[in-house]
Amino acid sequence: MTVFIIRRLLQALLVVFMMSVIVFFGVNIVGDPVYMLVSPDADQADIEAAISRLGLDRPILEQYWLFLKGAAQGDLGDSFIFGEPALKLILHHMPATMELAFSALILAVVIGIPLGLYAGLYPDSRISKGIMAASIFGFSLPTFWVGLMLIMLFAVELQWVPATGRGDLGSFLGIQSSLFTLDGLSHIFLPALNLALLKISLAIRLTRAGVREAMGLDYVKYARAKGLSTRRIILVHVMKNIMIPVVTVMGLEFGSLIGFSVVTETIFAWPGMGKLLIDAILQLDRPVVVAYLMIIVLFFVLINLIVDILYSILDPRVRLQDQGA
Amino acid sequence: MTDMTANPALNADKPAKVETPFQRFRAEFFESKIATGALIVFLIIVLLAVLAPWITPQNPYDLAQVSVMDGRLPPGSEAFDGYTMWLGSDGSGRDLYSAILYGLRISLTVGLASGVIALLIGMAIGLVAAYAGGRIEAIIMRIVDLQLSFPASLVALMMVAALGKGVDKIILALVIAQWAYYARTVRATALVERSKEYVEAAQCLGISRFRVVFRHILPNCMAPLIVVGTVQTASAISLEATLSFLGVGLPQTEPSIGVLIANGFEYMLSGRYWISVFPGLALLLTVVSINLVGDHLRDVLNPRLKK
Repeated sequence: MTVFIIRRLLQALLVVFMMSVIVFFGVNIVGDPVYMLVSPDADQADIEAAISRLGLDRPILEQYWLFLKGAAQGDLGDSFIFGEPALKLILHHMPATMELAFSALILAVVIGIPLGLYAGLYPDSRISKGIMAASIFGFSLPTFWVGLMLIMLFAVELQWVPATGRGDLGSFLGIQSSLFTLDGLSHIFLPALNLALLKISLAIRLTRAGVREAMGLDYVKYARAKGLSTRRIILVHVMKNIMIPVVTVMGLEFGSLIGFSVVTETIFAWPGMGKLLIDAILQLDRPVVVAYLMIIVLFFVLINLIVDILYSILDPRVRLQDQGA
Repeated sequence: MTDMTANPALNADKPAKVETPFQRFRAEFFESKIATGALIVFLIIVLLAVLAPWITPQNPYDLAQVSVMDGRLPPGSEAFDGYTMWLGSDGSGRDLYSAILYGLRISLTVGLASGVIALLIGMAIGLVAAYAGGRIEAIIMRIVDLQLSFPASLVALMMVAALGKGVDKIILALVIAQWAYYARTVRATALVERSKEYVEAAQCLGISRFRVVFRHILPNCMAPLIVVGTVQTASAISLEATLSFLGVGLPQTEPSIGVLIANGFEYMLSGRYWISVFPGLALLLTVVSINLVGDHLRDVLNPRLKK
């Protein structure tokens, strides 16, 4: 077991290192950020001063070495635009993204599972067919376009909720979040719904498949024979069994929610990490782009590592197979 | 595609004609009204995009034909040059109907090109993995698994952050984001096929390895590849639109549907909905029709669902 964990840890480190090479060299080859930073009427001396201040006059390998040295000490470089440490900027924007992704996950569970349950219990009803058709749309509609439509309908036409921004922040147990004020909630509703749509479809499909499978199994028949009410069979016995895979998958999807939030944050001007990334790409603010991508890579590698280790505890075959390969 | 209706006279001559797999496939595919409709819609979209220069009133990217006087006109208004702008015009006075058809050309080109290239590369890598086995297979599949643990949209975003803007770069980014899906599919199918008797028979006949892989195994892996191909092409089109919308995909000089939607976004809050909505509908029709065709192909080509 320990050997397995060490192997996986080493692999994860290797992945992070390889990604740092790809990201760093990739990002640092495109464009010339200096001209975005100096004023248009700067003379040659000013430009050269800016270049050496940003460390861009050094050979790229040396730049990478300095980056690695800094990264090992938790310093991912300073933003070209804001002059602040890139890591600090990202951590500053992270709570907004987390609260958005978290709200989307909650929405996906609260909306997706009941609809999936209904579609699984009455697969031939008209409503179920409607639910399934809607879930196909949820999968194939581009997120950003749905976001535009949501803004148009709810913010411009009906004027029920504001279209952009994060609104007032409330404080609860020392955490600042939009979720704690009414104004904040009205701001987060549309972006969270937009981000959740894909996951709602996923939850519907997973729950429906689980319910349809479970309803034919012996334990449900037995519970019926025992004279339990349908309500109790579904809510206690069936739900308990199908929730395990659904919750596992939805938990795993949290990472992709954070990745997808780039789109939603841009549309709704939500001040999170994703919007920071897009702005940084457009302004050639390389340290911020590199830092964001490295943090996301780290995040995904960590999620996968944890899942791998948990699975190997639950299912020893995974471990054995790995040693054989 | 042209010979879709079976000739009744021909059938009458030979009543006991054996149905080829392709005919059976065709018959089963057109059984579904939704899938047939989706295919027709998709073909119409492709046709409109191909014919764009001949069926639009203006070339939206020829500055001599665009007048700023026509900017932000609502649908149905008359342009300065006298034709009717049925879908209105955008912020710089381009006729939206023309702009959408020209935009579709770029969006479809990028989607199809990246789909085909990713398919070829993924197919080759997957076949190598399945046939080579051992260490090579283990390494290839580890890389595939690793890449599939990141969402494709994130990989594509990373690639454009590194590569920059432009049609060639976005195609490269989409190929890098999607090859692994094809590789995994081909390998899984090829592994099943490899253990079948016909492959053994071919090997016993002394046919070269290369020929066995490409002439015997590959054709039998086509069904799942086609299904994955349609779905991935739709997702490539939608991904390109997303990246272009975010401003990190195609530049303003190569306005795909995504760029058009992004241009209209700033007018949306002031109630000029059409600049974003109509290009969006075009994108929607394209992506949904490909997905519906792919969904039905999956059912038709899946031997386990055969009646």
